[in-house]
Amino acid sequence: MKIEMTCIICPVGCNLEIETENKKIIKIKGNTCPRGEKYAQTEITNPVRTLTTTIRCSNGEILPVRTDNPIPKELIFKCMDIINNVVCILPISAGDIIIENILNTGSNIIASKEME
Amino acid sequence: MDNFDIVIIGGGPAGMAAAITAHQEGIENLLIIERDDSLGGILRQCIHNGFGLHKFKEELTGPEYALKYEKKVKELNIPYILNTMVTDISEDKTITATSSERGIFQIKAKSIILAMGCRERAKGALNIAGSRPAGIYSAGTAQKFVNMKGYLPGKDIVILGSGDIGLIMARRMTLEGAKVHAVCEIMPYSGGLARNIQQCLKDFDIPLKLSHTVIEIHGKERVEGVTIAKVDEKRNPIPETKEYIPCDTLLLSVGLIPENELSKGAGIKLSNATSGAVVDQKRQTSVEGIFACGNVLHVHDLVDYVSDEGEIAGKSAAEYVLNSKTRNESLIKIETDGKIRYTVPQYITEKENTKIYFRVDNIYNNKKIILRSNSNIKTFKKQKLLPGEMETITVPLEFLDAESIYIGLEDL
Ligand SMILES: Cc1cc2nc3c(=O)[nH]c(=O)nc-3n(C[C@H](O)[C@H](O)[C@H](O)COP(=O)(O)OP(=O)(O)OC[C@H]3O[C@@H](n4cnc5c(N)ncnc54)[C@H](O)[C@@H]3O)c2cc1C
Ligand code: SF4
Repeated sequence: MKIEMTCIICPVGCNLEIETENKKIIKIKGNTCPRGEKYAQTEITNPVRTLTTTIRCSNGEILPVRTDNPIPKELIFKCMDIINNVVCILPISAGDIIIENILNTGSNIIASKEME
Repeated sequence: MDNFDIVIIGGGPAGMAAAITAHQEGIENLLIIERDDSLGGILRQCIHNGFGLHKFKEELTGPEYALKYEKKVKELNIPYILNTMVTDISEDKTITATSSERGIFQIKAKSIILAMGCRERAKGALNIAGSRPAGIYSAGTAQKFVNMKGYLPGKDIVILGSGDIGLIMARRMTLEGAKVHAVCEIMPYSGGLARNIQQCLKDFDIPLKLSHTVIEIHGKERVEGVTIAKVDEKRNPIPETKEYIPCDTLLLSVGLIPENELSKGAGIKLSNATSGAVVDQKRQTSVEGIFACGNVLHVHDLVDYVSDEGEIAGKSAAEYVLNSKTRNESLIKIETDGKIRYTVPQYITEKENTKIYFRVDNIYNNKKIILRSNSNIKTFKKQKLLPGEMETITVPLEFLDAESIYIGLEDL
């Protein structure tokens, strides 16, 4: 099967032309670095994304958070539901885990800012 | 009046990088003035990842990137004042500022670094029919609402303009439960990064309508809908293609411009192409001892380059103060063909390693960038050049034995 996609690993955004057989890449064109091929393979078998959003804190303020590892794309909205129902207790430092192993993805929701 | 060696106006990534570098170069009597209640600048509201790939080799969010610099500023005990707005600077480097604590006050600096960032183009500048009901926001204002106040400005959204901030906000509002019905872009191509078109629009099936614009806004008190239409090559709307989209919110993401009211007051020469100051390789403006860096100089798409530029300005300002160095007036002009919309710096005053940043005016495929001075020629192959992406080239030293250097594009 022939597929075209944009590599989203870095701002260059290479346009990848891929040929696959049984979800395995047999030919790839357009990637200017090896990370492109790795991205394409994951995108074909199990697309993942880094999620960035915010969490409400105990004092009413808004804390920016992110996943420490990319999560399966199809779980993004489920994760949002969980995150939007959590209140974060302050103080917090950047990198602190706020939700551990969200939806068994092996990925944690971590703070990307300090807040007192 | 208080006296400082260097005063930095703006505590965003450009100002912080400039201050840190000036301090490392030996300047301790310096001050950052920031009008907001915290350092960090616009990065505080850019909660998405994608910052710092060049400088830190990792993908940080905006707040994480800012924190790295904020920590350094505090570690070095660099003085800064918050909630303080600079209202005027004069050619003799007197700075007038105001804060609720101190009222209006003046300070004097040997050198000033301008790092005030940019602002979004106003909606008033757009020519769309209809009144101006509530529910029209700039994408950056919406970003601030959602990411810093936790408040979603609307449920049914149309976005005009496909720059990165618009794309990022399309995803952000979708994640928070809004429906983004369309992103309209008047040009036949998007000004945003390809990766953002994928991960912010395609991932969520949000339609990107190229060569489309909003021609009318409906609603009296609140936006009730917009009429969009396709445009022809001259960007005139084609009436037969009109389409009504019900929505309660219109986001405008129609570009950024450097914030240069203060620079004008100081008599600094500005460039029509960048709307920022005209500078040499040290980022020194036409007024000796006043330097500029970051988005106030020209709009950057990568914060990494903003920090680099802050470092250059910080180093140059320190050099100026420590060596009481006056400007070398022998200029090497940088000339371009029309395809290159602008360069920063615009001229070079000394033979030193110089990196030139520039933008093209259109999409170009399979070109070579030509760099020429006297009989020296160097070419750089480029598969693709986009107006939305800043390019850089480094000028070899031997090219600087000339009165001017030329940068242009030619077919491969
Ligand atoms: C709404 C918006 C969203 C953006 N999103 C992205 C993005 O997603 N990714 C990306 O790479 N880039 C983004 N950018 C570009 C981003 O701004 C730059 O990469 C970078 O943050 C610019 O740094 P800076 O220090 O030059 O300006 P800023 O970060 O804007 O900092 C300027 C600082 O100066 C202060 N200031 C201004 N005037 C005065 C005054 N008179 N007195 C005192 N203080 C003053 C401001 O309060 C501000 O803190 C965005 C820009 C805007 C406007
Ligand atoms: S292939 Fe490499 S260079 Fe191209 S976008 Fe992906 S990571 Fe970036």
